[in-house]
Amino acid sequence: MADLLFEIGLEEVPARMIAAAEAELLRRTVALLGRERLLPVGFDELSGAKSYSTPRRLAVLVKGVLARQEDVSEEVVGPAVKIAFKDGVAGPAAEAFAKKNGVAVGDLKIVTTPKGEYIAATSVKPGRSAAEVIASELAKEVGAMYWAKNMRWIPNEALKFVRPVLWLVCLLGEDVVPVSFGGRTAGRATFGHRVLSTGEAFEIVSPDSYEAQLAGEYVMVDVEARRHRIRKALDKVTRAVAGARWREDEPLVDQVTHLTEWPDVLLGEFETAYLELPEEVLVTVMRDHQKYFAVESADRKLANYFLAVLNIALTESNAPVIKQGNERVLRARFNDARFFWEFDQRTPLVERVKLLENVTFQKDLGSYAEKSERVRVLAAKLAEVVPGVDTAALDEAARLAKTDLTAELVKEFTELQGVIGGLYAKAQGVSSVAAEAIYDQYTPASMDDGVPRSVEGALLGIADRADTIAGMFGLGMEPTGSKDPFALRRAANGIVKILAESELPLTLSTVVGLAAKDEATAAKMMAFFRERVEFYLREVGGQAYDVVAAVMAAGADDVRDVIARSEAVSAARGGEDFAAVSAAFKRMKNILAQAKYELPETYDCWFETGSPEAELGNKASEVARQVDRLSRERNYGAALTAIASLRAEVDMFFDKVMVMDTDLKMREAKLMLLATIVRNFSGIADFSEIVTAG
Amino acid sequence: MPIAGKKALTFQELLFTLQKFWAERGCVLQQPYDLEVGAGTMSPDTFLRVLGPKPIRIAYAQPSRRPADGRYGENPNRLFRHTQLQVILKPPPEFVQEVYLQSLVAIGIDLAEHDIKFEEDNWEWPVGGAWGVGWQVMLDGQEITQFTYFQQCGGMDLDPISGEITYGLERIAQFLQDVDSIYDIVWSRDPDTGAELTYGDVRLHEEEQFSSYSFDYADVPKLWQHLELYETECKDLLSKWNEFSKEHERITKEAESLTDPRVVLTYDYVKNRRFPTMGAYELALKCSHTFNLLDARGAISVTERVGVMARIRTLIVGVAKVYAEQERLKARA
Repeated sequence: MADLLFEIGLEEVPARMIAAAEAELLRRTVALLGRERLLPVGFDELSGAKSYSTPRRLAVLVKGVLARQEDVSEEVVGPAVKIAFKDGVAGPAAEAFAKKNGVAVGDLKIVTTPKGEYIAATSVKPGRSAAEVIASELAKEVGAMYWAKNMRWIPNEALKFVRPVLWLVCLLGEDVVPVSFGGRTAGRATFGHRVLSTGEAFEIVSPDSYEAQLAGEYVMVDVEARRHRIRKALDKVTRAVAGARWREDEPLVDQVTHLTEWPDVLLGEFETAYLELPEEVLVTVMRDHQKYFAVESADRKLANYFLAVLNIALTESNAPVIKQGNERVLRARFNDARFFWEFDQRTPLVERVKLLENVTFQKDLGSYAEKSERVRVLAAKLAEVVPGVDTAALDEAARLAKTDLTAELVKEFTELQGVIGGLYAKAQGVSSVAAEAIYDQYTPASMDDGVPRSVEGALLGIADRADTIAGMFGLGMEPTGSKDPFALRRAANGIVKILAESELPLTLSTVVGLAAKDEATAAKMMAFFRERVEFYLREVGGQAYDVVAAVMAAGADDVRDVIARSEAVSAARGGEDFAAVSAAFKRMKNILAQAKYELPETYDCWFETGSPEAELGNKASEVARQVDRLSRERNYGAALTAIASLRAEVDMFFDKVMVMDTDLKMREAKLMLLATIVRNFSGIADFSEIVTAG
Repeated sequence: MPIAGKKALTFQELLFTLQKFWAERGCVLQQPYDLEVGAGTMSPDTFLRVLGPKPIRIAYAQPSRRPADGRYGENPNRLFRHTQLQVILKPPPEFVQEVYLQSLVAIGIDLAEHDIKFEEDNWEWPVGGAWGVGWQVMLDGQEITQFTYFQQCGGMDLDPISGEITYGLERIAQFLQDVDSIYDIVWSRDPDTGAELTYGDVRLHEEEQFSSYSFDYADVPKLWQHLELYETECKDLLSKWNEFSKEHERITKEAESLTDPRVVLTYDYVKNRRFPTMGAYELALKCSHTFNLLDARGAISVTERVGVMARIRTLIVGVAKVYAEQERLKARA
């Protein structure tokens, strides 16, 4: 047994791709070794294998790889005995068979099969050495890795990889395995940090010295160790400013971890005058453009500091230079932002409404001026259904919502559209309700985001998105499969989330009915929204598939209602009575389906007093009345408890009663009873969808 | 930036030093292309030379005009016309990043004293049917170079690929000289008197005048006319080539079908070689620049924009295809 180390040296891999690539290389390497029977029995990936990465390398270390595959012996059946042997003497057929399988004629055996007696040989396929397997197979795994964007670099070769391969290291124990990939053949030579190390290649002695040897050349090859060091350094450096702390930003920590091999953190400063610019703009410049962390003072307000994560160790001599350089860049960026901020103010949003006529929204749907007008009308119609809306503010917000698309600052920081419009509106004396609605119009940007703060913001956001979806669906441009170029799914998710997490008395069919140009478009949109509600229930609500299917079957028009039902069903499904009743519903539905029974428009059925049918019928009507009342109060938990209380009567019914009675009249009556029950209790969920144990 | 004991390079010294550095690594030093372009990539020394199999190493400074970026000389970090130093390495040598880093050392940057990162930045020029993958090179938080491995140009896969290194000279000079405004960059220093000329002394009037030309004076109807004239002529040239190309095809086919060895059919390869593809390319570049002027002038609506860009794309991609075919025929002759 020996440890395997494999390292691919690369020109800087894009930070966003590294984590997935590192995991994939590990998964592929372990899978290959497993498939090739080179891992010991009971091999545990968590303790036995480890992966590493920096911008310039991906590596895996697998402990205890077997030296070689075990030999495989296999019984090969040959020709019939009567052909192979003549009078007990081996003929040419027997000799040829023995030779082919590498055994002596004397070692041939006879096996009896249903077709008669045949000669057979035990052929031993010798296992290959681990080195042999790795040398021939590992490169294929590397070549099959997924990259979001890759490139060619070797003339006359079709090979594509994320960036050119610079070196390969492959050691099995202390021996080199000459894996070839990307024009390189593995040895034991690797490189340290570009600047801090000497720049010369150095040799890895053995897999277990890899991490320490690289650390000696200023490469922290373990991602988590690097992340930890960055967080510690951010904490430590921020302590230089009394009462300050750095603004937590997990994605940014992740990004800088994948941009560095030997990280250090620098505290920089900027002139307090820039703090007059909106915080949103300052943070965007720092985070998105410079990958700096923002610093806030004790009162949580932005402080005039920033933190840069460097790929070099700070020293007394380089620190002032690097600090000065980063500060100058930030100052220039802030200056730019201030220039745009002031320049944009010269043309107030009101004057920009006209400019929207020249900004195309979509070629068949007209300009943003036309879109704004549609959104204004739609928002007003939605507001009629919602009490307490400041309709004047909503109207103003809808009219101005898209004007910031003509602002220079938005052209510079596209991720701040809406936000900048809101800030300009506020600065230009637009009502604070309208300004806030404009600011929040693109909220939520994702499922992790919040929802607009005001009802006006929520209505504007819904109207804007519904107009986009209705327009695109009207043109037949619905998303298909992985193709969703206009991000309509995200738009619909936004509407669902707003309806789910605000108190608006709006249903999907109201929104769709007001937005869609015709019935056909509305129908397509409703189906689309149903999928988005399902998505919301599963992804945000964390509901199981069967619960989602059950409650969706009872309707999804009222988003908050379907959520409440899903939560109640999810909570109830563990109960024994509920499970039994669910199973009974499944049985009822099956019986009704088999009988192809449909409830007539008017009906009535009578059973003998005291019979299981009558007991069930009476109990069911009583429970139905309770459920109806509780459902109207949205007390679905209690409603489900009431439904579960049917268990005794249901059990008794199925125990004693034969539904498919030979007396057709009785059969009809019993089917009618079951159909009524199924109908009366389908308002919360289709319980037959619930997967019950056993 | 305080580089102990010696003054940072002037703007012109920076240019000399980088040119010398790349000349010593086998680059042909070419002069800037004498036509308005938005970037060094658009010079035929990049755009056309990256096509086809012929290796090349070339470096040149390229003044790059971007009419919409003009700020009348009032913004310390934006220019109507900035200067790129463009290096094309076809195919790129091994460990090309290390060679690039040595060029930074050559201009006085001590690598151990700075934070250098190669951050993903992929380049794309849809109008030229061109894209590549690469990085922006960050030096203490400043983007100083764009580094691209060209993958496609004129809609055609490249083999071998080219490495393109584009230095933003103003930004690097600002960095080296530690000045906040581009206009304060020392352009030259008189060796006798030590008197300095700044970037502002040399170029400010251009920025002022070209900003107002592009934003305020350029005659929109005439620009549209220019655009159409350039476009028509370029298209005419491209269709002439198509006739040549058809003729070549016809003669080749006829020659293949001949059985009598005494008959020799010849194609006029001189005429082929002299076909002015580069002339067509210049006309396409003119269109591109005229488009940029119209854009700066606010004369192109978003709707029109897509259409005009598609027209220019047809020209530029068309020229690239002709160039590639012409080179193939030349190689055969």
